[in-house]
Amino acid sequence: MQRITLREVAHARTGDKGDTCNISVIAFEERQFDHLRQHVTVERVRAFLGDLVRGEIVRFELPNIGALNFVLTHALGGGVTRSLALDAHGKSLGSALLAMEIPAP
Amino acid sequence: MTTFRIGCGAGYSGDRIEPAVELAERGHLHCLVFECLAERTIAVAQQARAADPSKGYDERLDERMEAVLPACVAHNVRIVTNMGAANPVAAGERVKAIATRLGLHGLKIATIAGDDVLSIVQREPFTDVDDGSPLRADRMVSANAYLGVEPIAEAIRRGANVIMTGRVADPSLFLAPMLVHHGWSLDDWSLLGRGTVIGHLLECAGQVTGGYFADPGIPGGRKDIQGLARLGFPLAEVSSDGSAVVTKVVGSGGLVSTATCKEQLLYELHDPSAHITPDVVADFSQVRLTPDGADRVRVDAGSGRPRTDMLKVSVGLREGWIGEGQISYAGPGAVGRAQLAAAIVAERLRLVGVAPAEIRYDLIGLNALHGSGPSHLAPEPYEVRLRVAARTDSPVEAQRVAREVETLYTNGPAGGGGATMTVRPVLGMRSTLIPRARVRPRIALTDV
Repeated sequence: MQRITLREVAHARTGDKGDTCNISVIAFEERQFDHLRQHVTVERVRAFLGDLVRGEIVRFELPNIGALNFVLTHALGGGVTRSLALDAHGKSLGSALLAMEIPAP
Repeated sequence: MTTFRIGCGAGYSGDRIEPAVELAERGHLHCLVFECLAERTIAVAQQARAADPSKGYDERLDERMEAVLPACVAHNVRIVTNMGAANPVAAGERVKAIATRLGLHGLKIATIAGDDVLSIVQREPFTDVDDGSPLRADRMVSANAYLGVEPIAEAIRRGANVIMTGRVADPSLFLAPMLVHHGWSLDDWSLLGRGTVIGHLLECAGQVTGGYFADPGIPGGRKDIQGLARLGFPLAEVSSDGSAVVTKVVGSGGLVSTATCKEQLLYELHDPSAHITPDVVADFSQVRLTPDGADRVRVDAGSGRPRTDMLKVSVGLREGWIGEGQISYAGPGAVGRAQLAAAIVAERLRLVGVAPAEIRYDLIGLNALHGSGPSHLAPEPYEVRLRVAARTDSPVEAQRVAREVETLYTNGPAGGGGATMTVRPVLGMRSTLIPRARVRPRIALTDV
């Protein structure tokens, strides 16, 4: 089966609140939302981000705008203000996720 | 009721200034909001105020107000901003002085204080809302409750055209002038939810107008954005039913599209159906975004449920120090030398008896942002930069960590260049909750 990176069909943005981060994954074309819903699962995101996320991952679905919203707890090194990380906000995490491979639609 | 036109002139305290002037001059606005207070900013400002009681407001207040006040006065644009930070009253005095110096008249300046609840949170037991741990009074430097729309709305009704606040929930800065203009009631949860959605879309300024969206090289140029150096900041045309069009000044750089709005709609959002603010539990889950011409997106179908009885409080705690050192290596074998350098620093710290509470070793260019997970996909880079960062109890230990990186200059490995070191105090921010009734906003008005 042909595989593509998520970046070819979706865009993403990361936000932060304390030690929790959220990553939106938004289909460029809303008709591909079901494909994203099927292949960008909590399990796959956890496996891809590995030990960057020490807490739980919850996925919210927004069919109204063709988007998924992942909320990742204990993902920011103890929180933006305390973290030793270079990117303490985790702003670049969405870009990491867009490198994940999924089957071509 | 006429459409209400509201813009966002800053998405954080260091933001660009010219886009706000452009909005004030050419946006045909009723109101311009400057959101300048990140989580930690107010704790830093509180320390500035402790050192000098006339300070503690936003450091760029003078520069920003000198640039935008003349245009706002000329075009009758009301200003709402949290640039008051830890000292809204002093910020109000400062704006008065600037307006007088610029020869501006007819201004009514309101200051809104009362978000500072440090004396309560220090005296009574409060716990971290995330992990339930007690908040240590001896380490507290600040505690500020997130205020909602009420004091801002009251100041507007009393005729204020410049409103300086401290900690206020970001979307409330936008919702307050909207609801006064349209006469929305404070318990019309659906309208408050819609207004909150609009405020949320605007509050980070250039993040909704294509700036933060840009990502060149995607097939079809879907994220290629023009004019990023002249990025326009957003404005909304808000109707009395709570629907709106998000747009920007014609001719400014950037893009407003359904895609840019989708990214910002979900920014810093957890459960889309329950976004809690002091004013409402807003529901973003049914929001519709539809194109409405070039750089125009129609927003509808937000909603909301009754507000909660508690207000969030952001508490700043002294949590030790961070020492950091960096040094670069390049050319063949760069990664190997940087890894050797990291091992040397680790052994040196053991030898000199420095044991940080937490330490990390990053190779910038290889694994600094995402650890060893996703970066295994990347080939070995031509150059890397070793970064050692440690949290310590004392500034002396933080300094020792940073110095052990700097001394790699002469002690090897070969070819290390561009060493830098920093030592800074950690102001950790925690959240707790306080009953709404215990927080009493104070409004003061003064005329120029």
